[in-house]
Amino acid sequence: MCEACPVIDWANELPTIRSFTARKVDASMTDHIVWFDRYEPEHKPFVGGKNSSLGEMMRAELPVPPGFALTTNAYGLIWSDESLVNDVNDLLRSIDHDDLAANRETASKIRSRIELNPVPDQVVSDIVEAYAALCRHCDVENVPVAVRSSATAEDLPDASFAGQQDTFLWIRGADNVVEHVKRCWSSLFTDRAIAYRYSMGYLHEAIAMSVGVQKMVDPIASGVAFTLNPTNGDRSQVAVDASWGLGEAVVSGEVTPDNFLIDKVLREIVHREISDKHIEYRLTDRGVVEKMEVEAERRETPCVSDDDLVAIAILARRAEKHYGCPQDVEWAIDRHLPAGENVVMLQSRPETVWSRKPKKPVATRTGDPMHSIVSTLLSPMHNKSNRE
Amino acid sequence: MSDKRFPSPFEVEGPEGVEGWEELYPYSVVFSEELRDYEDKRFWFWDSMHWGYAMTPWDSTFLELAIASLSQFNSRHYRIPPADGIDFRVLYGYPYFSPVTIDDGARIESRVPDFMERAGHYFVNWDQLYDNWLEKIKTTIDDINAIDFSPLPEMEDLSVITDGIGTGSGQRLQADYHRFKDLVLQVWQYHFEFLNLGYAAYLDFFGFCKQAFPSIPDLGIAKMVAGVEVDLFRPNEELKIIARKAIDAGLARLFDDPDDVSAIQAGLAGTELEAYWNEVADPWFNFSSGTGFYHYERTWIDYPEIPYAFIRDYITKIEAGEDISRPIEAITAERDRVVSEYSDLLETDEDRQAFQEKLGLARVVFPYVENHNFYIEHWTMSLVWRKLKELGDMLVKEGVCSEVDDVFYFRRDEIDEVLFDIYSAWAVNAPNRGSKYWPPKIARRREIVAKLKDWKPPKALGEPPEIVTEPFTIMLWGITSESVAGWLGSDGDDSAVSGMAASPGIAEGPARLVFSPDDIGDIEDGEILVAPITAPSWAPVFPKIRACVTDIGGMMSHAAIVCREYGIPAVTGTGFGTSQIKNGQTIRVDGSTGSVTILD
Repeated sequence: MCEACPVIDWANELPTIRSFTARKVDASMTDHIVWFDRYEPEHKPFVGGKNSSLGEMMRAELPVPPGFALTTNAYGLIWSDESLVNDVNDLLRSIDHDDLAANRETASKIRSRIELNPVPDQVVSDIVEAYAALCRHCDVENVPVAVRSSATAEDLPDASFAGQQDTFLWIRGADNVVEHVKRCWSSLFTDRAIAYRYSMGYLHEAIAMSVGVQKMVDPIASGVAFTLNPTNGDRSQVAVDASWGLGEAVVSGEVTPDNFLIDKVLREIVHREISDKHIEYRLTDRGVVEKMEVEAERRETPCVSDDDLVAIAILARRAEKHYGCPQDVEWAIDRHLPAGENVVMLQSRPETVWSRKPKKPVATRTGDPMHSIVSTLLSPMHNKSNRE
Repeated sequence: MSDKRFPSPFEVEGPEGVEGWEELYPYSVVFSEELRDYEDKRFWFWDSMHWGYAMTPWDSTFLELAIASLSQFNSRHYRIPPADGIDFRVLYGYPYFSPVTIDDGARIESRVPDFMERAGHYFVNWDQLYDNWLEKIKTTIDDINAIDFSPLPEMEDLSVITDGIGTGSGQRLQADYHRFKDLVLQVWQYHFEFLNLGYAAYLDFFGFCKQAFPSIPDLGIAKMVAGVEVDLFRPNEELKIIARKAIDAGLARLFDDPDDVSAIQAGLAGTELEAYWNEVADPWFNFSSGTGFYHYERTWIDYPEIPYAFIRDYITKIEAGEDISRPIEAITAERDRVVSEYSDLLETDEDRQAFQEKLGLARVVFPYVENHNFYIEHWTMSLVWRKLKELGDMLVKEGVCSEVDDVFYFRRDEIDEVLFDIYSAWAVNAPNRGSKYWPPKIARRREIVAKLKDWKPPKALGEPPEIVTEPFTIMLWGITSESVAGWLGSDGDDSAVSGMAASPGIAEGPARLVFSPDDIGDIEDGEILVAPITAPSWAPVFPKIRACVTDIGGMMSHAAIVCREYGIPAVTGTGFGTSQIKNGQTIRVDGSTGSVTILD
């Protein structure tokens, strides 16, 4: 290590910070398309909660996989077809809210009716054009994407319940994307969503649906990160759980993930616990996700390099700074991005456990440093037994 | 804590053949039957950080001066509420310390107002007092320089007669020796004038950080406080400047054989480089290759082959196109980043204000903590040893000693008698007894000290404390309840060594055990340095090593400060690293967790 470095090698201590500024997708915005990398808060009513949170992450310069939102304007266009409006209204009127089994059937009829209706030409051409731009940007033909519903409801606090959030993964090809956009739209009319709106007294037309189309990540490894130490609430650390492949293995509890603590400020890995990760979920050549055995030599090796752990910590800290409170983020390491640019963030939401605890100040005697020194001398080991 | 205890100082079996060793040290510092009840009840730890080797009689003077001075500032000057001094003893040539803590709440409380007034005065006026301190040190150094140990003249100078002086060289010689003793005590007083307060302020900031961020590494705290441009690093920086100047002046090849001192000096004669050397060598090369506490440690200024070799290494690097300069701006920026990030992570404005205040005070006091070591242990002590060698030279001429270094085998009070013997024999013009009396005694003492040096003293003695609370023991020596428990239980797993996570990173490589500063030349590229303690002047060997492990040292020990500066993994305060690890074994050092693993 030292042969090539100067004697006083503080340079080693100076972290090199990766540039995470993503290349912008080369495509224009339309009434129907909002690219995540050009998202502004005023777009929120048109793109829904899920899409705006991805856009917001991009605004925070977090490396979110590229993609676009199909706005609620596009969704609104389908209701200019009067026969569709009438058919759906007839079906809605026929609902007896006490007969759950019948409701399920009626809801399914409504969804079929919506899905059978042709998508307005202008919307189709906007989706096709945007998807083509995304393929060019990723340099992948028929790039696999996630197609997600992202409901929006003006003045309603819980749009996510008011409209069920369907997500379709590993969708390839423009026609398939259009097809799944329709399924997202129609997902506003599941029996549960209808029942929920009915019980809350919300109007069906108060809810609109935006759809997110985002490049799928094919992760070498993935996991979550908390921007504090979950055991003691120390905000100078980031806790990372990580396992091979897609996040399912960890979420389902089938695998004990590797666990790391990274010092946010010093950017050092201060604790590591490597587990036996016997299975992983991976995308097969046939384009489906399968559970697979992890080969022996990978099982007990760390699934994330130290450099990537530091990158994850820096990004998690960036999210925390942007949102102004501790975060719980999902990340992945993309197989198809070059090393150094392959850490991507999938989601960031507020951490809830420690953030809800009442904050007590550390300083009890501000303004009187001498008293503080006296009490320090009286109990110098006060709260500092961190050596294990 | 278990019922295990350390050996009683009265039961420890020393090495064979050292009968009468007690006579080498003052009666007041050896364990004694008269104080047995008191001494047997206490906990004593060996300060191997400063005194890793058995002390010769004169060298042990500095144990007395240093620890009495340290204690005096705690107990009598600042009235540190929970801490009086540190009691000390010598057992078979090694120093053992026992902190005197105050447990009585009412007594502690009664000292608080005095402490606040007195320490408060220093904190408020720190910069001015520190400037003043630098002046005091320089004046004391001039005074020590003026001490005259030259042999007595055959006949007094005529001016003694014509000026009506009325006293002679024999009186002057004794007076100078007395004055010399006074001045070295004075300088050790100065050493502790600020130090304990400096540590107190640092500890206060440290405690705040640990409370705000329970898992913050000590290193994170140290990084916020550490100075960027520190006098202690100056000697090494000067070597780099000289290396560059040598290349510019076409004198680089002169250093190819650094051991050929006379050839290099001849080659430098009359050059601008020589002028530059002379300008910086005093004070900056008054730099010991050890802790400064032993007379035989070599200093750069007296053994120029040491800095010559480092200069050659730097020349090689520069010629290979390497940038050996310190990136001051980047270091400062990194320090500012660390501070602002921790500050941002605090929850309230109140905390941020307290954080800034405490950091501010820690930074005001810290230059002293970092720099005193150069001014006292290196600069002043280099001079002190040089003066004592002048005295030894005189004793050789008088026949009392057979070689210069014999002078260090006298206790300091014995020299008073020797000087009177010499003076009176000179006055009477008759034979002195000393030249017959002392040589066999000194020869025996040399034998004893050699045996003591080969002996491995116990880490600690007596009753282990329930909990270590004495702030300076924790801060300066890194001795905590956990480390004491570790010493007691150390007869378990021998393949793992643990200590303080002093400098982050992981490295593997062959271990190189270095017990004496004279052996640092043996270190080869890619090895891991394992030593009882390292000294700041070993800095230039750090480019060669992959990591560093020391037996003792707290978070602010000189070793820890320097290792962090060099950005290589380090684990300090392992207690037994040098006895568990063998030369050449492959080891893994994890400076982020403080663990060392022996791999073969």
